[in-house]
Amino acid sequence: MQAIVKSDFIGKDTAASAERPFIFTRPTAKTGLISWLTTVDHKKVGLLYGISSLFFFLVGGFEALLIRLQLAVPNNTLLSAQTYNELFTMHGTTMIFLAVMPLSAAFFNYIMPLQIGARDVAFPRLNGFAFWVFLAGAIILNVGWFVKSGSPDVGWFGYAPLTSKAYSNEFAADMSTDLWVLGLQVLGVSSVIGSLNFIVTIINLRAPGMTMMRLPVFTWMTLITAFLIVLSFPAITIALIALMMDRSFGANFFEVSNGGLPILWQHLFWIFGHPEVYILILPAMGIVSEILPTFSRKPLFGYPIIVFSGAVIGLLGFGVWSHHMFTTGMGTVATAAFSLATMAIAVPTGVKIFNWIGTLWGGQLQMRTPMMFALGFVWMFMMGGFSGIMHAAAPADSQQQDSYFVVAHFHYVLIGGSIFALLAGIQYWFPLIFGRKVSEMWGKLSFWVIFVGFNVTFFPMHFLGLNGMPRRTFTYDGNMGWNSANFIATVGAMILGIGIAVYFAVMVYTYFKGEKVGRDPWGARTLEWSIPNPPPEYNFAVTPTVHARDAFWYEKHHQAEIATEKELHAKEEESHGGIHMPSQSWFPIITATGMLAGGLFFANHNFLGAIAAGVVVFIGVYLWAWEGPGGYHLHLDKDGNTIEPKDGHGHH
Amino acid sequence: MSSHSASGAIDHHHDATTSTGIPNKKLFMWTFLASDCMFFGALISMHVIYRIHPPAGSPDPRTIFSIELTSFSTFILLMSSLLMALAVNAIQKGNLRSTRNNLLGTIFFGLIFLACQVYEFQHFVHDRNLTLSSSIFGSTFYTLTGTHGCHVAIGVLWLVLMYIRTFKPADADKSRKPWFIMSVVHLIVFTVATLLGVYVTVDFGHQLQTPGFGIGAFLSGHLIPLIGLAASLAGLIFLGRGKGPVDFGEANAMDVESMGLYWHFVDIVWIIIFPVVYLLEYI
Repeated sequence: MQAIVKSDFIGKDTAASAERPFIFTRPTAKTGLISWLTTVDHKKVGLLYGISSLFFFLVGGFEALLIRLQLAVPNNTLLSAQTYNELFTMHGTTMIFLAVMPLSAAFFNYIMPLQIGARDVAFPRLNGFAFWVFLAGAIILNVGWFVKSGSPDVGWFGYAPLTSKAYSNEFAADMSTDLWVLGLQVLGVSSVIGSLNFIVTIINLRAPGMTMMRLPVFTWMTLITAFLIVLSFPAITIALIALMMDRSFGANFFEVSNGGLPILWQHLFWIFGHPEVYILILPAMGIVSEILPTFSRKPLFGYPIIVFSGAVIGLLGFGVWSHHMFTTGMGTVATAAFSLATMAIAVPTGVKIFNWIGTLWGGQLQMRTPMMFALGFVWMFMMGGFSGIMHAAAPADSQQQDSYFVVAHFHYVLIGGSIFALLAGIQYWFPLIFGRKVSEMWGKLSFWVIFVGFNVTFFPMHFLGLNGMPRRTFTYDGNMGWNSANFIATVGAMILGIGIAVYFAVMVYTYFKGEKVGRDPWGARTLEWSIPNPPPEYNFAVTPTVHARDAFWYEKHHQAEIATEKELHAKEEESHGGIHMPSQSWFPIITATGMLAGGLFFANHNFLGAIAAGVVVFIGVYLWAWEGPGGYHLHLDKDGNTIEPKDGHGHH
Repeated sequence: MSSHSASGAIDHHHDATTSTGIPNKKLFMWTFLASDCMFFGALISMHVIYRIHPPAGSPDPRTIFSIELTSFSTFILLMSSLLMALAVNAIQKGNLRSTRNNLLGTIFFGLIFLACQVYEFQHFVHDRNLTLSSSIFGSTFYTLTGTHGCHVAIGVLWLVLMYIRTFKPADADKSRKPWFIMSVVHLIVFTVATLLGVYVTVDFGHQLQTPGFGIGAFLSGHLIPLIGLAASLAGLIFLGRGKGPVDFGEANAMDVESMGLYWHFVDIVWIIIFPVVYLLEYI
C-alpha cells in the first residue's frame, strides 16, 4: 500500500529513481547549462523569460529605430517598401508577444510564488515547458530574417485578405505569413499553459493565512491577466486555425471570391486583441501598485478598490473589441454600444489612478530610481489614457483611425505605461534577484534620458496624426507639412535608444560590480523581501504564516511572535520529511523542440515532417508522464544551509 | 502532507495540501475547459455566422447529411460519458477490474464515434462532393467537426494510456522488470488494433452500400487486415490479463477524474454541435 498513498506532488526520493531506466534518470545539476535546460525552478524559469524577452525587446527596438530613420526625411530611400512592411510587422509582433508579455511572465514566474509564500508553482515541469514553447514560437516568428521568403509583412493584426495566399504570394513566393501564423499559434500554447499554471498556483498554493484579499496587488493582477489570457487566446487561435486551413488546405474562411468575410477576421482578432492590451497593462499596474506604497512609506490606498478595478477592467475588456473597427460600418447601434462600453472602461482605470495618487498623498516620498519610473508610469499612462478616451468617441475616431494619432496613443500606453512599469520592476526587484543595486545617479540618468526621448518621439505624433499622416506608409511627400514633426520624432527615437542603451549598460555593470545590498534594501512590505538575496532554491526555509495584508511589514513589527511561530513550523515540516522540492526534467524542452520543428515544417508545407515532429511531441509527453512528478527533500541546518538528503528519509 | 483524512480513507473531494481543498489537477482541468469553451465558442460561432450569410451557390446541408448515422454516433458518444462516469466511480472505490472494463468501454464507444466520423467525411467527400474548398459550408463544417474529432481522438489516446497505466507493477520502480518496454508494446498493439478495426469497419460500411455485396467476398478481400485485427486483439487480451499487485488504485482517482472531466466536456461540446450544425437544418 506504500506505493499508492502518494498524492500528486509528493514524489519519490531521488534515491529510488536511481534504479530506473537510463532515460528516466532525473538531471540533478544545480549549475551549468544542464541545470538551465532542465530547470523546474520558477526563479530560473523567470530569469530565462526575462533574459530572452529583454533580448527581443532590443531586437524590436532596433526595428523601431530603422523605421524612424526611414521616416526622418520625406521621400527617403533608406528602406524599401517591402522591408518597411516587414519591419513594422515584426516590430509590433515582437514588442507585444516577445517583449512585453514574456517580460511580464518573467515577473509572474519569479515574484508571484514568492509573494504568496510558495516554494514553486503548482506544475513545475509545465512551467519550464511554457518557457521553451515560448522560445520555439519566438524562433518561428523570427526565422524569416534568415531565409529567402523574408519576415512576415502582414502587420501584427494580419488582416484578411492581406494574408490570403493569392495576395501575399504576389510579392514573394512566401512562407512568411505561414511563419507568422504558426509562430503565433505556438506562442498561444505557451501563454495559455503558463497562465493555467499561474491560476492554479495563486488559488491553491497560498501560504497559510494568505487569504485572497491579502494577496499583494501584483499577484492579483497576475491572476486577472492569467484569466484574460486563458479566455482571450482561444479566439485568435481559432482565427489562426481558419487562416491556416485557408493557406495550407484551400479552405474558404477568408477567401472573398468564395464568400469569405474578411470582417470576421477583424472581429475574431480583436476579441482577442482588446483583452490583449489589458494583458499588457495589468501586470504593469500590479508592479506600480507594489512600488508606490514602498517608496511612499504608506500602505496602498484603497486596496480592495484597486483589486476590483483590475477585475472590472479585465471583464469590460471583453466587451469593447469593436472600437478597433468603428470605420468598418458596423451600424449605428453597435458603434454606439461599443463607444459607451469603451468610455465605461475609463472609470475603473481612473479609479486606479486616483488610488495611486491617494497612496502618494501625505506619504514620505523616497525618490529612488524605481519610484521615478513608477511615477513616470502614472503620468505617461494617464496621457495615453486621455487620447484613448478621444478614440472612444466614434465620430472623432473615424478621423483618427489609422493615423499617427493612434500610434501616439498606444505608444503612450505601451511605453509610457507597460515599459516604464516593467523597467521600474526590474530596478525594484534587481536587489532581490541579484543582491546588487543600481547606483541612484546612473539609474536616474537613464530614467531622464528615456523619459525625454520617449516624449520627444511620440508627442509630435499626435500632431502628425491630426494633420492626416497615415500609419504604415513607408515614406511621404515633402509638401504635406509633416517634415519637422517627423524629424523631431526621429531625433527623439535616437535619444530614447540612447536612454535604453544606458539603462542596459547600467544593468549589466550592476550585475557584475554593483553595490551589494543586504536583505530588504527598500524597507518593503511583501513576502518576497523576507528571504535572503539572491533567494535560495527552496525560497522559504519555513513556509511563512500570514497575519496581515502587508505580510512582511507585520513580520518586521512582530519579530518575537514570528520567530516562535517559525521555529514551531520548522519542526513540523522536518517531521513531515523536510522541504519538498520538484525534480528537474529533460522532457519539457524535448517536447517543445518537437513543437519548434513541427511549426517550421508546417510553415514550409512539409506535412510529413510536421507529422514526424508531432510524434516527437507525443514521445516527449509520454515520457514526461511516465517519469512522474518526482521530487526530493531538502533538510536545512540552523543557518539555512542544505544538508545532503539521506536515503530512505523522504518516503511517505 | 497527503490526501488522507484522519480515518485513513482517501477523501476524493478535498485535498488538504491545497489552499482551497480543490486538488491542483482538478482546478487545472476546469480552467483549461473554460479556455476550451471559448475555443469551441469561437469555432461554432464561425460556422453559424457563415450559415446565416451563405454565399450564392452554397449547398443545402440537408442534401449532404446522413442524419440517421450522426444521430446514432451522437447517442454512442453520450453513452460513452456514462461509462466514463462509471470508471471514475469505480476507481474512487478502488475497484480496479471495473475501472478497466469501463475504460475499455469508453474507448470502444469513442472509437465507434470516430469511425462514424471517418465514414461520414469519406462519404461526404466522395459521394456528396463536399470538400474543404468546395464551399464556405465545407470549410466551416470540416474544420468544426474535425477539430471536435481531434479532441475525441486525443481523449481516446489519453484513455488508452490510462488503461495501460493500470497495469504498472507495484515494484516497477524498484526492479529492473521491463515495464517501460511493456507499456510501449501495449500501446503499439492497441494502436494497430484500433487502426485495423476502424479501417475494416468503415470499409464494411462502404461496401454494404455497393450493389452485389457479399460477405464472403468482403472477408476474403480483407483477409490480411482481419487476421491482423484478430492477432492484435488476442495480443490485447494477453497483455490485459491481470497478474501481481499494481501501482494503480484509489490514489490515482484524481488522474482518472480529470481525464473524465475532459471527456465529458468534449461530449457536451458535441451535444451542442449536433443540434446547431445538424438538427437545426431540418426545422
